[in-house]
Amino acid sequence: MITVAQAMVRCLERENISVVFGYPGAAICPFYDALTKSDIKHILVRQEQNAGHSASGFARITGKPAVCIATSGPGALNLITAIATAYMDSIPMVIITGQVSSERVGSDAFQEADIIGASEPFTKYSYIVKNPKEITKVFKQAFYIAGTGRPGPVLIDVPMDVQNVKIDYNYPDEMKMRSYNPNMKGHPGQIKRALTAIKNAKRPLICAGGGIFLSNAKEEFTEFVKKCNIPVVSTMMGIGALPSDDSLYFGMIGMHGVKPANVALMESDLLILLGARASDRAVCAPERVNETKKVIHIDIDPAEIGKNVDADIPIVGDLKNTLIEMNSKVCSPKDNEWINYLDEIRANTQVKEKEFEGYINPKAFIRLLSEKVDDDAVIVGDVGQNQIWLANNYNVKQGRFLTSGGMGTMGYSIPTGVGAKMAGANQVISVCGDGSFQMQMMELGTIAQNNIPLKIIVMTNNRL
Amino acid sequence: MKHTISILVENHAGVLSRISGLFSRRGFNIDSLAVGITDDPTMSRITIIVNGDDYTVEQVEKQLYKLIDVYKIKRLKVEETISRELMLVKVSCTSENRGDIIDIARVMQSKICDISSESITIEISDTTDRLEILQELLRPYGILEIVRTGTIALQKGNKSIC
Repeated sequence: MITVAQAMVRCLERENISVVFGYPGAAICPFYDALTKSDIKHILVRQEQNAGHSASGFARITGKPAVCIATSGPGALNLITAIATAYMDSIPMVIITGQVSSERVGSDAFQEADIIGASEPFTKYSYIVKNPKEITKVFKQAFYIAGTGRPGPVLIDVPMDVQNVKIDYNYPDEMKMRSYNPNMKGHPGQIKRALTAIKNAKRPLICAGGGIFLSNAKEEFTEFVKKCNIPVVSTMMGIGALPSDDSLYFGMIGMHGVKPANVALMESDLLILLGARASDRAVCAPERVNETKKVIHIDIDPAEIGKNVDADIPIVGDLKNTLIEMNSKVCSPKDNEWINYLDEIRANTQVKEKEFEGYINPKAFIRLLSEKVDDDAVIVGDVGQNQIWLANNYNVKQGRFLTSGGMGTMGYSIPTGVGAKMAGANQVISVCGDGSFQMQMMELGTIAQNNIPLKIIVMTNNRL
Repeated sequence: MKHTISILVENHAGVLSRISGLFSRRGFNIDSLAVGITDDPTMSRITIIVNGDDYTVEQVEKQLYKLIDVYKIKRLKVEETISRELMLVKVSCTSENRGDIIDIARVMQSKICDISSESITIEISDTTDRLEILQELLRPYGILEIVRTGTIALQKGNKSIC
């Protein structure tokens, strides 16, 4: 027999977790004691929110749920912003929090907070473990839920006394849940309708979203784009789905996007949304989209289809599987007329940038940065002007552009960069403003302590 | 327009809070919510009456279905549904008007479940419309208090949502 705390560590080992991010405290001590006996590397962050962001960076590079840990009360509460950030961008994550002893739950005990209730709006699911025997089942379910379907954060809250109970360890091999069965395959009839619509369209446009990365469908996506010869625009989360200098890529759409992308969106007669939710920043007037064009919307989350933009052809399913299916049936490529038209607009929208003596133009700097970094570099943008400069000027090649798209959480770039680097990314560069840098600069301690080769660029404009 | 949504959910702690939280968070208006265990003790059935246009109700359905604990969800059509609500209503009475109140209760096929010298408590299980008729009829006598369970509903015939 082993303690629940030891079982928790073993569950993590079974899920092949090699690195965790966290901050200890009284209510999570039994787990931390058990963790010291494991080969799992623990990265001590300087504030719990950064543990969450680091896990987010780790998960976005590996594509698998990453783990962060905090104690009860303030520790857990500090994680909330990071949990909400991950939820908005659909990042798979398992959060472990300590809780006060079962008999004290509900008595406003020292360092007690209802983290389940507080985080409920932005977790995909959450557990408070009252029955020690259920711990392994809870872990198996948590990783299963976090990593499948539309990924998201799952929280496990374990009271301190429960962590010390002895149990028989038995990790379930498989997990089936009657009430959770994400749809992994697009409907064949709908796929056929979509392909016919593409065939008949004169000015089709693909809008790439973050779903392409989440379903690991970059290859299939590129094949689809090339086979159909359709121009591509992206949301902020979809940047890098196609290399930024690809002749078919016309930039980011929306409020902070570029003219060629927005013109393409306006003038297209068929919009193909791939793993994108057409949020308010991407599509300012979603109710008008259907006036001028048909919409094909492919997403694993049925609730996203029809939420912001009405879909004429909805396809619910995993993007990778659906694109494989579509690639096998796609017919001839479109001619170049529409692409040539967009090329012309792109050529005519080169804005002349002003130079001020003694200052560096941030856009020019970002473009130069793109040339100097490795092809597979992971660039982590923070939030604010620096983010938009990056989104529109950084040239993603084989690497990634990570940022907090949905929540717009300042202070994201350094801890996320730490996570991305720990996940094995070759070269990681965090770019932040002087405001966001000061929100997270305590992580310099973490970076120094663990000797993490992360490059940080601070864009100083002396405003925050 | 009012819509009836029937939901089968896992029967454990926290499920109801997730569901009601979703309604307030996403700004959906509910007229009533009734919950109870089913024949399968691991499953509860929730009936929700939602007020809204088609877009809103479709969103309600999709967002509910997204919750991990929701097993099945179905919008029930009015014409294919039997729906009932239980109401207890306490009315003040005097020896003069007690007979009239009892007559109303009888006509409405409701039951007198408690009586005292100054009040009568009537129990009615019927459609929401009929509950409201009874309420209007009793209002002149002085309603002391009312409690309602919220609507529950099943499909007619041998159809089931399971």
